[in-house]
Amino acid sequence: MTAITPGSVTSAASADTAWRRRTLAGTVLGFCRRHPLGAIGFVIILIICLAGGLADWLAPFDPEENDFSTMMQAPDWIHVLGTDQFGRDIFSRLVFGARTAMIVGFGAAVGGGVIGLILGVTSAYFGGWFDLVFQRVLDVLMAFPLIILALAVVSVFGTGVFNVIIAITIPLVPRCGRVVRASALAVREVPYVDAARALGFGHTRIVFHHMIPNVLAPFLILLSAFVGQAILAEASLSYLGLGVQEPVPAWGLMLQGSAEDYATTAPWIAIFPGLAIVITVLAFSLFGDALRDAIDPKLRTR
Amino acid sequence: MPPLLEVKELHTEFRTGAGLVRAVDGVSYTVEHGETVAVVGESGSGKSVGALSILRLIADPPGRITSGEILFDGRDLLSLSEPEMRKVRGRDIGMVFQEPMTSLNPVLTIGRQITETLEEHQGADRGTAERRALELLEMVGIADPRRRLRQYPHQLSGGMRQRVMIAIALACNPKLIIADEPTTALDVTIQAQILELMKSLTRKLGVAQIIITHNLGVVARYASRVNVMYAGRIVEAGPAEAIYHRPRHPYTMALLRSVPRLDRPRQARLDPVEGQPPDLTRLDGGCAFRPRCRFAVERCGETRPALEATSDAGHLAACFRSAELAAEEVAA
Repeated sequence: MTAITPGSVTSAASADTAWRRRTLAGTVLGFCRRHPLGAIGFVIILIICLAGGLADWLAPFDPEENDFSTMMQAPDWIHVLGTDQFGRDIFSRLVFGARTAMIVGFGAAVGGGVIGLILGVTSAYFGGWFDLVFQRVLDVLMAFPLIILALAVVSVFGTGVFNVIIAITIPLVPRCGRVVRASALAVREVPYVDAARALGFGHTRIVFHHMIPNVLAPFLILLSAFVGQAILAEASLSYLGLGVQEPVPAWGLMLQGSAEDYATTAPWIAIFPGLAIVITVLAFSLFGDALRDAIDPKLRTR
Repeated sequence: MPPLLEVKELHTEFRTGAGLVRAVDGVSYTVEHGETVAVVGESGSGKSVGALSILRLIADPPGRITSGEILFDGRDLLSLSEPEMRKVRGRDIGMVFQEPMTSLNPVLTIGRQITETLEEHQGADRGTAERRALELLEMVGIADPRRRLRQYPHQLSGGMRQRVMIAIALACNPKLIIADEPTTALDVTIQAQILELMKSLTRKLGVAQIIITHNLGVVARYASRVNVMYAGRIVEAGPAEAIYHRPRHPYTMALLRSVPRLDRPRQARLDPVEGQPPDLTRLDGGCAFRPRCRFAVERCGETRPALEATSDAGHLAACFRSAELAAEEVAA
């Protein structure tokens, strides 16, 4: 029974390479071929991230510097996307705004997501009273629309980038916790969790090592959607004057105030930040959809 | 030498919406070092709950071990703290589950699942644990173990997965392995392979085994002693050979008649156990098997027969008429 047949030894060498983990490049190429829209979304996300990250080098002008000699200029070769009512270069503000959007978007999505993930899985794992109480708390939080809850939090903590992240994180926690708990409940019933208990593993190890990896697929999809939502929420808060404050460049802020007044005379002031928001949120949404299809193990080729 | 495991008057209850279920109702038995004991019974007879109670893996709520003693290697498992109990699980007592398809974590490699146990219980470093994992896979007869270590459970067949489960159960050199219907989910040909493997390994390593099953063929071939459970109690216990050839309880007799036998003349029809298993929330003071028993008398409804010695040595049965049944069989 324990003897290895000679045939299996020779086949092992060739099989070894076949079973080796796919290379990163191979994975990425496969993803692009099967999910072209998702790949486009990913490329847009990448461009926006790069724009935000390299804003200091990319932006031709200081985004916060007023120049009253160049107010409300239409797009031309110097100011490629025109200038606003204070003479600030819109392209430069968009690029720096991308940085704000990404910091807030990823910060809030990852923060809310991770907290929701841990709470959701823990809740499902322990069940009973803990689960019941936790779920009712989530119910209360879920009763408020994302933006309303975020507004409430901002009014408590005040404005500014960091507070906006917290304000968006809090309403994302129950949204993540709810979905993750549902998946985790299913995982909880699978015998390998009991098997892990029978092997003498502690609760922490089972939650973090055995349950969380098994709910990562829905979690990652959720996370990509959350980034888009968080960016949108940040833009909304800023637009309402309760988010990022002037003169920090943010897309929502660029739409705010006099941008409406100049909608007919200088439409570029409102159009470009609006487009930036739409494209970014769309990109995350496309990428999230493709990610769901790609991650689903039933569709994955072996 | 005292027995490896001594279960005394174990009671495990579940509080359900329909009422209190005494899933295990005063069960006592022993397992000697290196011995294989089978626990046989139909679904809901309390055989799995009894095994999970030994490892204290009963979900509370709704379940609870209300009384009894479980002496393992001289220690009462029921009085251990949870951290101490965790050290017993997986290290001193290994467990093999029914479903090899779902008892392995799909996102961890086979190797990782074996080394994780070793790291948890023996504080082994990565390298040592991996060498041991390789050794274990070879031991359970998995070809090309080096490659298998890096694979995920979905890349293995059911039989191979069950071999991996056995490897994990054996990883920390346990003294006892509890196998909860280890072959139910497998093909018949694979079942025999797995059972042979478990038999040879436990014999070689001197590990005691509790095999929980409803398959009497498994019992006959692999167990030295058998406990037959019905409605949360042991109704008959004894050496496998005696149980098989000289059953002393009507339930065991009915069970044996309901399976095809190769050692008896072929019958035209199998004889199933009539009726349904009893509703454990509404048991009366009498024998639980009485409604399905063809030998039931008035006395069976009044008091519950205790598990008592029969004329055979080491053979116990919980039936008022076990002596009569024995005499009848001799006459026939």
